[in-house]
Amino acid sequence: MSTGASLDRPLTRNVRPDRSPTDLVAYEANGGYRGLRGTIGTLSPADCLQIVKDSKLRGRGGAGFPTGMKWSFVPMDNADGGHKYLICNADEMEPGTFKDRLLLECDPHQLIEGMILSAYTIQADIAYIFIRAEYHKAARLLREAIAACYDKGYLGKDILGSGYTLDMQVHSSAGRYICGEETALISSLEGKRANPRAKPPFPQVSGLWGRPTIVNNVETLCNIHHIIERGADWFQGLGLTEDAGTKMYGVSGRVKNPGCWELPMGTPIRQIIEEYAGGMEDGYSLRGFLPGGGSTDFLTPEHLDLAMDYDTIGKAGSRMGTGTMIILDDQTCPVGFVKNLMEFFARESCGFCTPCRDGLPWSAQVLDDIEHGRGRPEDMDTLARQVTFIGAIGNTHCALAPGAMEPLQSAMKYFREDFERHITGGSCPWCDGGAH
Amino acid sequence: MSELIPAVSIVEPLDEVALAAGETTLSAAELAEIDAEISHVPYRSAVAIDALKIVQAHRGWVSDASVRAIARHLHMGAAELDGVATFYNLIYRRPVGENVILLCNSISCWIKGCEQLQQSITTRLGIGLGETTADNRYTLLPVTCLGACDKAPVMMVGEDLHENITEHSLGELFGNTANPAQGGSE
Repeated sequence: MSTGASLDRPLTRNVRPDRSPTDLVAYEANGGYRGLRGTIGTLSPADCLQIVKDSKLRGRGGAGFPTGMKWSFVPMDNADGGHKYLICNADEMEPGTFKDRLLLECDPHQLIEGMILSAYTIQADIAYIFIRAEYHKAARLLREAIAACYDKGYLGKDILGSGYTLDMQVHSSAGRYICGEETALISSLEGKRANPRAKPPFPQVSGLWGRPTIVNNVETLCNIHHIIERGADWFQGLGLTEDAGTKMYGVSGRVKNPGCWELPMGTPIRQIIEEYAGGMEDGYSLRGFLPGGGSTDFLTPEHLDLAMDYDTIGKAGSRMGTGTMIILDDQTCPVGFVKNLMEFFARESCGFCTPCRDGLPWSAQVLDDIEHGRGRPEDMDTLARQVTFIGAIGNTHCALAPGAMEPLQSAMKYFREDFERHITGGSCPWCDGGAH
Repeated sequence: MSELIPAVSIVEPLDEVALAAGETTLSAAELAEIDAEISHVPYRSAVAIDALKIVQAHRGWVSDASVRAIARHLHMGAAELDGVATFYNLIYRRPVGENVILLCNSISCWIKGCEQLQQSITTRLGIGLGETTADNRYTLLPVTCLGACDKAPVMMVGEDLHENITEHSLGELFGNTANPAQGGSE
């Protein structure tokens, strides 16, 4: 884990090598809550919104939507005087993604300070942290940190004498990947099945209990107090390319040193994999990688010199997603790899719309047939039709099923001969070697 | 589903006939915890998931009778609540062992051999996915990516995360040889 200079790695400045949590005393000793003290009652919510807009911060949950623009859709006249909500999406479940756990477990106050300033900006009066059930340690640390903030007057009524009031609580979930989709998350927080909702209306206008609601990822919110305290120019200067800030990048798979590092946005992929992750394990070579979680398209060694940022990876035909890469090595079967992902997405479908509920198990079955040597040549056409139909935005209720098609469609493009070897040979070339 | 039709109207208190028919009531501790959640939300049924988790924490799992009792307290239909309960994989609608093993089988753990680990656990404990050992110590379930992919393969036992699992670490946790005495049951 990187614990380098605090100036250029703001998100991990309090992360210790042993990953022990930073408590309130240590957090404040390192400048924590200075941003809150200097902002609440000094800068207006409109000032804060402008800074976040100018910073060009983009959502770190995977979609990369500009955070300031998202916030700008929240009605600010609040004529009816009802509640407005800020929700932190700490439901980290994207396959191959392990960045938010680090931020939550190592520096809970950074998230809370960011949430208070974010809530202040949209004038929310209630904030939730929606955290996956399995993150027991993080949930406990967050509850302790929130209690400490109430004692200090950073949360509750009339924060630091500013007249601004905010309550915050942790909601521990009960499982299911789909809860990470922001409208499904809202359904779940209301105590319902986590079915995504049709948009419009967008949550910014009608979200939790029909009230204006912003849902942001953990890493996004952790950036906020740094941006408001240090300014938009500073934040933009952190990035190496057009995209601003730093990014939590990760690498998993058969590399020498799998891990998660905060690096300048736009760091070259090769540097992340070869320098930080230590390159491939001895005896393995790189065939491809998913740049940002299980629902992103494969890239290949020819893409290693690209900058890891939203636009560059988008132009290469994939998405940066969560920024945590999953490596496909030469001794792992690409068909088995994609089958594992498809079975995951089929299992995690909420079941609401037909293409996802029935289409993903069908795709998984075809992949299972191919993997086990029962594939027929026409299966490739079947998969191609599924990619076209299920992958098209608008044919499904939410982005889960189109996301599931991304690794499949790109595997069929880059590793087509491997699919065909399974079909013509009647078995998996990798299974025969016992490699997986 | 027929079992879920409430024996009494959902807002009526339980009478002796209903209790004799296998109904259950929520304990004072369960009610206190659920009511604390209700105080934060605009309407009672909004705490459905919290209430299910609270009862599960007390009883280990959520029975049909527990679903009916929670539904009565939240002023909602038992079938609607069961629709919520069965949606979430960490609400257990069947009894589970004292320790639930959540084995990650998502992509990074798959690359690092989680299928072999699953086989090994099955050999050692005599249970497949969804099954509980006869001595009721362990239930084995698959789980979504646990967010520790740099330490793959990983699993949780109870609330503890186990990283970089090997045959050796499985041996330390569950014993080194197959244990036929622990044969599985659904």
